[in-house]
Parts: sequence; C-alpha cells; structure tokens
Amino acid sequence: MKFSENWLRTWVNPALSSDELAHVLTMAGLEVEDLATVAPEFNHVVVAQVLEVVKHPNADRLNLCQVDVGEAAPITIVCGAANVSAGVKVPCARIGAVLPGNFVIKQAKVRSIESFGMLCSEKELGLAVESQGLWLLPADAPVSMNLRSYLELDDRLFTLKLTPNRSDCSGLAGISREVSALTGSFLNKLNIQINDVTYAGQLPVYVEDKVACPLYCGRLVHGVNAAAQTPDWMLRRLERSGLRGISAAVDVTNYVMLELGQPMHAFDAAQLSGAITVRHAQNGETLTLLNGQQVQLDEQVLVIADEARVLAMAGIMGGQGSGVENSTQDVFLESAFFHPDAIAGRARRFALSTDSSFRFERGVDFSATRQALERATELLLQICGGSAGEITEVQGLLPERKAILLRPARVARILGISLENRQIETLLKRLQFDFTLYGDNINYSVTPPAYRFDLSIEADLIEELARLHGYDNIPAATPQAQFSMLPYSELQRPLARLQQLLVARDYQEIVSYAFVEAQDERDLCGNDHPVALQNPIASNLAVMRSSLISGLMGALRFNLNRKQDRVRLFEIGACFAKVHEQYQQTQRFSGLAYGLAQEEQWGLANRSVDFYDIKADVEALFAPLVLRFVATPHPALHPGRSAAIYSGEQQVGWIGELHPRLQQQYAMAQPAQWFEVELTALSGAKLPQMNEISKSLPVRRDLAVLVDEAMNVQVLLDVMQQASVPYVQEIALFDVYRGKGVELGKKSLAFRVLLQDTSKTLTDAEIETSIALLIDQMQRRGARLRM
Amino acid sequence: MLELQQIHEQALQQFATIGEEAELEQVKAKYLGREGSLTTLLKGLGKLSAAERPAAGAAINQVKQAIEAALQQRRDALQQLKLEQKLALEALDVTLPGRGLSIGGLHPVTRTLQRIEQLFHSLGFAIAQGPEIETDYYNFTALNIPQNHPARAMHDTFYIDPQHVLRTHTSPVQVRYMEDHQPPLKIISPGRVYRVDSDATHSPMFHQVEGLWVDEHISFANLKGVVQDFLQKFFEREDLRVRFRPSFFPFTEPSAEMDMSWNGGWLEIGGCGMVHPNVLQHVHIDSEKYLGFAFGLGVERLAMLRYGVNDLRLFYESDLRFLKQFN
Repeated sequence: MKFSENWLRTWVNPALSSDELAHVLTMAGLEVEDLATVAPEFNHVVVAQVLEVVKHPNADRLNLCQVDVGEAAPITIVCGAANVSAGVKVPCARIGAVLPGNFVIKQAKVRSIESFGMLCSEKELGLAVESQGLWLLPADAPVSMNLRSYLELDDRLFTLKLTPNRSDCSGLAGISREVSALTGSFLNKLNIQINDVTYAGQLPVYVEDKVACPLYCGRLVHGVNAAAQTPDWMLRRLERSGLRGISAAVDVTNYVMLELGQPMHAFDAAQLSGAITVRHAQNGETLTLLNGQQVQLDEQVLVIADEARVLAMAGIMGGQGSGVENSTQDVFLESAFFHPDAIAGRARRFALSTDSSFRFERGVDFSATRQALERATELLLQICGGSAGEITEVQGLLPERKAILLRPARVARILGISLENRQIETLLKRLQFDFTLYGDNINYSVTPPAYRFDLSIEADLIEELARLHGYDNIPAATPQAQFSMLPYSELQRPLARLQQLLVARDYQEIVSYAFVEAQDERDLCGNDHPVALQNPIASNLAVMRSSLISGLMGALRFNLNRKQDRVRLFEIGACFAKVHEQYQQTQRFSGLAYGLAQEEQWGLANRSVDFYDIKADVEALFAPLVLRFVATPHPALHPGRSAAIYSGEQQVGWIGELHPRLQQQYAMAQPAQWFEVELTALSGAKLPQMNEISKSLPVRRDLAVLVDEAMNVQVLLDVMQQASVPYVQEIALFDVYRGKGVELGKKSLAFRVLLQDTSKTLTDAEIETSIALLIDQMQRRGARLRM
Repeated sequence: MLELQQIHEQALQQFATIGEEAELEQVKAKYLGREGSLTTLLKGLGKLSAAERPAAGAAINQVKQAIEAALQQRRDALQQLKLEQKLALEALDVTLPGRGLSIGGLHPVTRTLQRIEQLFHSLGFAIAQGPEIETDYYNFTALNIPQNHPARAMHDTFYIDPQHVLRTHTSPVQVRYMEDHQPPLKIISPGRVYRVDSDATHSPMFHQVEGLWVDEHISFANLKGVVQDFLQKFFEREDLRVRFRPSFFPFTEPSAEMDMSWNGGWLEIGGCGMVHPNVLQHVHIDSEKYLGFAFGLGVERLAMLRYGVNDLRLFYESDLRFLKQFN
C-alpha cells in the first residue's frame, strides 16, 4: 500500500516528522518499507507566464522571453526551448535558485543579452529522465506561486508492507484510523453525503450465492460526460499511490478504493443486457479480462454476469466490452462485499494479482460498502455531471463479529507484564473497539469492528493491546521453569563427531542444492524417475536428488575450473525417492576425493588418491563396525572398481572410482573416488563392554600364499574365519606381491595370524595344528603355500 | 720424590693432548701398566727403610689415584665430544614443513548450526528433526494456514504434487513434535527449507532454526529474554539488543519480527510469537493450561553477520577458496 503523506495528513495530522511517523507505523506492525521523496531538492522555482517571445538578435535558436513572475514588471529570460510561446505557463528558476545536480542559476549574459533566470523542463527539475522542451503547466496555475507548493513536491511517499491480517489498512480511512489510535491525534473522518436520487432508472440485481456475496450495492448514474478530465488533485493522489489515470469514471472508483479500501467497478450501462447476476461461473465459460487475458472459468470462480454473458470476475478484474468508454452516457457503479473465502486463491490460480483481489481476499469493510458507493457517486457527479439513480442493494448474511472474552489475568500471563484495567480500557478505546465490563468487574467482553477480519479470539485482542502498548515496553525476562537434564544416549554417535572425523582426514564439507538436473540423475544414478518439482526455479534444478553424487561432482567441476588440482569434499544431506507412492527421504553421508592422495610435499612420492584410500576413510567412519565390500556395478562407477558396502546383511552404501566415460565427459585429468553411505547406518553405536585381557602373550605366524590374480582376498579371509580354528584371534592381510618370483597371472598374499589362549601359553604343537588348519582351508580354494 | 711430581704433571699434560680414546688407553699403560713408571716406583718401595716406606707408598698411591681420575675424566670428555659430534651431524632443519595429511574443514553453515545447537543445548533445548518433503497439512494447515489463505502467497512454495511441498519453514517440526510429546517441551529444530526465490539475498534453499518452548508459565517477555540471551551469546556481545515489531504469522499470536541492534541500526533476523491456540488445539494440548513461544531464525543471516560474508550465494557454490576460510 503506497500513499501520499500529504493526503494522509488531511485525515490525521500528528505532530511528528515523516521519519517519526514512519517509525511509529513500523513499530505498530505496519512496516514502512519505503519512504521516498516526490521530487529531488531544488528551490526558488515559481510558476511563471511567458508574455512575449522574440528572436534573439544574435542567435538563431534562442528566444528572448518577457516573463511574468508576479512582480511589477516582467523579467527577460533567454530561452532555447522549441516549445516556448507567448501565453504558456512554465516553471521559472529565479536568480539564486539551486536545481538538482547543484546547478546554481546566476544572472548571465547570453550572447550579449542579460538573462534573469531560467525556464525549466521536467528533466531540469529532476522529475523526468527525458523531456521534450519546457514543462507546460496547466492554464490555471497561479503565477508567482512556488512550484513546490503548487505541485505539492515536498510531499513524501509511504509504502507499507501490509501483513495479510491488516487489510483494514489498505485505504487512507484505515491508515488514518490506525495513526489516530497510535498517536492520539484527532481523526478527521470523511463526511460522506447521501446523494439525491434524481433519475428513475434502476437495474435489477440477483445474487445467487449470498454467502459468497453477502452485500451488493449498485446504481445507475445517467447522462454523464465520461470524457471529462479527472481533476489534477485526484490524479496526483492516484499517481502517488502508484495508479495511472485512465478515465474519469475509472479514476473515481480507484480513488474511492484508495480512500476507503473498497474496490469498485464502473460498467457502461449501454453494454449491459438485462439484470445483473452475481453467480458462480459455469464450467467452460470464458471471459476476456481488461488486461487482454482470456480465462477459462469454472464453478469455483464467482462472476458478475448479465443476461447475455459474463461481465467480470467478481472482486478480481472486469472484462472487456462492458467498461466505461469516453462515449459512455449511463454508468452502472458497483460496490460489493465478496467474502474472502470466495475470492482467496482465485486470482493466483489465473496468475493475477489485482488491487481488488488483494483487498477482497483479506477482507473489506462491509460496513462501508454502501458509503463507498455514495462517495463514488458524489465524485462522479462532480466531475462528469449526470443524475444518480436509486441504489439497488441485495444483502445476505454478513460476517458476524462475535463478542470475545478478554481477561486481564490472561493478558498478564501471555505478555509477562500486567496491565491495569484502566490501561486496558484506554487501549480499547483508542482502538475504537466496543467493549463492556462483565458482571465480575474484572473481565471484558469486546466486539471487534466490521473492518477487522483478524480478530476472533482472545489472543488476537491481546496482540492488539501489546501492539498499542508497544512491544518495546515489554521487558525481556528470563523464564522460570523446572529444569532437568536432557537424555544423552551413548548408543548414538553424534553427527558432529562423524563430520570431524572426515575433516581430520582432509575433507572439506560442502552444502549443495537438494534439487538437481534430471540429466544428472540419469547419468550418475541411473534414475529415470526422480521426484520432480512442479514449479522448479530453473530447468537445471528441476528434480530432487536421489544421491549426493551430482552435488559433489558439480562442486568438483566448479573447483577444477578454478585451478584447484586436489579436491576432497564431503556432504551430508537428504536424498529423495518415491517408493510405493510414499516419499522416501534418507540422510546420506557422501565423500569425493580427486587428485593427489596427499598434498604434494617433500620426502613423499606423489601418488593419486585411489579406491583403497577412500575405502580406509569409509572404514574409519564405521569403526569399530567391520564392513564388507562386494564388487557390484553402479551407473556412475568404473565397472571393475566399484562395490556395494554391507554392514551385516544390510547394504549401507556405495564406493568406487568414477566411470572413465564420466571422467571424459567432465574433462577430468584423473579419476575421482566417491563413496556414499546411509547416515542411519553410521550413527548407531554399541555400548563397550570389557573383555578379560589374556595373561599370555600372542604368537604371530605369517602365511604367504599364491593365488590366481582374479581371486578376491575376502574369499580366503572368509574361509579361514568361518573355520573357527582354535586359538586364532586375528587374521589380517599385510602384503600383496606381484613380480619377480611370482608367475604371471598369480599374486602372492601374505597374512598375519595372531594366536592366543586366554589362560595358558600355547605349545608349538598346538600352534602348528591351528596353522595347518588355516592352510588347508586356503588350499581348498586353490591357494598354494609359498615357501 | 721430585720424580713422582714430574710423572704426575707429565701424565696430566699428555692426557690433555690426546684426542682419541684408543690412544688414551695406550698412554695409560705408560704410567699404570706393568712396565709403567708409577708401577716401577711402587716396586722400588722395597728398597726403602721400614720407616720411610709408608709415607712414600702413600704419596705414590695418591698420585696413582689422581692419574686414574684424570684418565677417567679425559675418557668421559672424549666420549662426550664424540656424542656431540654425532648429534651435530644428525641435526634436522626443523623449519621444513611437517609431512602427511593436511586437514579439511566444516561448512560455515554447519559451524554456525553447531554453535546455535550448543547454546540452546546449554539451556536444555532438545533437537528435533522433520522431513524436507512435507505434506501440505504439516507445512500449512496444521499451522493455521488453510487452503487459499493469503499467507500462503508469502511463502513462494515449491510443489511436488498437490499434497506435498518442499517445506517452506521449519515450523512443521513443531507440530510433529507436539503430536508425539507432552508439555513441558523445549526444542530447537535446525534444517533446510525451500522457497521459490533466488538472488543475492535469497536462496531457493536455506537453513532455519525453529525454537519452541511450551510450559505453564511461558510468556512473550520470556520469548524476548531467550532470544536476546541467545543473540548476545552467539555474537559474544553483551551490548546487543533485540527489538520486537508486531507482525503476522498465522501460527503465532501475538506475532513479532525480531530485529537485532547492529552497527547503529536494526537488522531483521527472524519471526516469532506465542504459539497460536489453534496450533495447540490441533495437537491436543490444552491451550488454557499451557502457553508456548516459537521463533524461527535464519541461519545464513547469522553466519553472514558473524563471519562478514557479503553474498548468500557463496554458501552454495562450494568454492574451496571460500570454504577454507572457515577452517
């Protein structure tokens, strides 16, 4: 809601500067988001009349003008504007004037002739970016009057950011009422007169849904001059509220809307056929709106129709072909109250947002609907002439304002400060709310006014009291409450610890958008059916990610393009899928490593990060839990270098090297290593329970075997472990060897075996028996013992 | 006994010139060996009278002990010298860089969230989470924002389907939590939220922290107290002030915008209010008995102010040159 401060001050004029007034409004919940000037600073510019124009003797393009500035004798001004002529009224900057851009007007000789000022264009006064010649003022502009006073250029423009509950402040009447309540200043209410009925014509009106339209007032105004000029004062106020002048009748309806907050419509009666009906549209009906948009209507939409066609979307926008034209002689003025529920959301459905729908969907003061019609009639008669017909009024069930119980004790409990009854009464009076004291002499019954659609329960009233009392006057206070400690489960590993673990392993955390490009989901996740947004912000952010890989790859690419050659990233975030009509949202933990395994440094050979490096990172994340890695293909990964990660029987993630095809596509010099695991699998923990420490020392035996190149180590580890060989505490691979001494196509694997008994020292015989059992297990799998 | 004196002095002089341990042992024989000069003197004692013998013996023995001590001292000195030479050779350039993995870092939003969580945790707030694809019911209806309510237009919502949205705020977690827990309740709910908006000051995805405290004696003044306490602690500035401005949220009444004093002006940092009775009724909490406050803070806003970040988009570009500044 934008309005002129001068206009507001005709209603209510508190002794506050513009800035102070803006502060008062903001602190009362009517946030002033902008406070602008109408014109830049300039002075000593007056309305002047050009009396005589003669050619400058020494310059073809200049004229000598005799200008009346209201002094005894005219002054001479040299002027180069093409549109100067005798008789015009123009702004004249006097000697000593300072114009925008700190341009000082001095007495000067222009080609040897003295000039005593300057005739101005709008551009020179900073009121337009471009202008053609002098600013021609209206013929009735009073000569010698200061231009700023004449055009009210010291006015300021307030823009309120209205919250949806305060539709009562979408007109000057409401804003001034609020300012009066806030400051205690006298409210100069508009005196709306009842217009004499001097014309017998009347249009019948039928309202089919009186819940959707509880009040409809309409009247004919006969014999108007629709081509009449809208007066300057009205145009100025409209323009300063951000509305353009259109035609006198439309300007009048807009003006009344700004004044009283009541949207109105003016029809050309000659274009209407028969009675007016307020009804729901039939499915399939169409209407071409005033903005040229053609809309397909349905029964959700309330319309104004005559007997032949739909004329307007009720409370939203009029249609083409029924509005007032310059040739219009009879006007049908409409002022109605449409229930917020009947309007809300409809405009948005058709991608419309109008001044009318804004007000109706939030609530319009139905107690002023008829007055608004009288006010518009009065202004229309003043400007366009004509004679007013009888008002047709159809009334249904208007919203009821129920009395609300207001308990001072509750006020104190909610706000944390006590207000005395006397204070409460003062505040209620300033708000102009009807209230009575209950028989108990403690509590109140308060009835909100028609224009407040936001007050229906006690809490709403308490907010009003607090607002008027001033939120600033409620001191901050520490809560008094019973305290107990929060539970702190040791069976959960805090996320922060997992994050810290990867940070310590040289990974940088990133946060990327949860929406990604559909193509990435296909390429990187093999997902042809991602969860899609109905209204994405951009086509490359159109679907929800099913994995964190695309965000990490995007971040990798971003950094490679900025000459980073070693990139190690991790991210934690939700991933999405639709499974059996349910949206699955799982938190995942994912990491990506690219470039050298360690920063290039002295005393360490450079080596690219590989599968086993990030495997160690994953194992560290899960430790002490032991994972299994099962070679499994993944759409984004090298088929020979990817694995599904298992914890017990449960797959908990993926790990692998980026597919060479993608490496090429992303123009990466080296492959990237990637892992992703379910956060839930990571966050569980076991409560440690101590085992007795063996008194005897462990015995170590190393076993080296030759196996085929294709054999997975896990196969041998599994068979050895599953054999449950006595005394074996631990079996671990510690070396893989290929080359001299090992035939081609084979590899040598070396295992470290620790044997121990809890109570006694093992004999050589016991040890050898156990080792033999392990060797036997491996030999059954084709391994050959290496001597 | 002049001879004895000479032997002593000669030995000391000779020891001092020797730089090798092996040589020292050779020279030792010259004095104390079987043919050594002191040994010879000792053998000569027998030629002396019984009266002279004890004094002469004592004198020789005294010199012998002195020589042995000097010998040991020189031996030690030579060993020490050798060790020092060895250590000098082993000296490192301690200014060479340390070797091994470097260290990564947390995202500034995570860093900020952890700080927020720790501060509220210290006041006994538990942490609650909720889904990011949220139903229309939890995101709007249960928060007193019915279909077609103009407040929905304030939210610029991403829709998945007519019943599902990307949550536009963390407030739905309030409702979900209150459905499962009885008052007194004290939670914060940090998380990602989404709005159809993108420029230097708006991101389509950002983070909020929702706070909720429901108890029998919780007031608007307490809300102001807790928020002010938090902001003072978060920014480590005791002079920081909080200003509440009346505002509108369908799920709080009274409602307020929170402004914080900053560089001589006021900065908006979130919305808050007393939980609307309709919201409590939705989750079957007696709104006559219990009162509550709720607030929502913008995490990126706090991070930007705290760390001097001037463009919201930097948080999501994953530029290592930006991220590493917070390590």
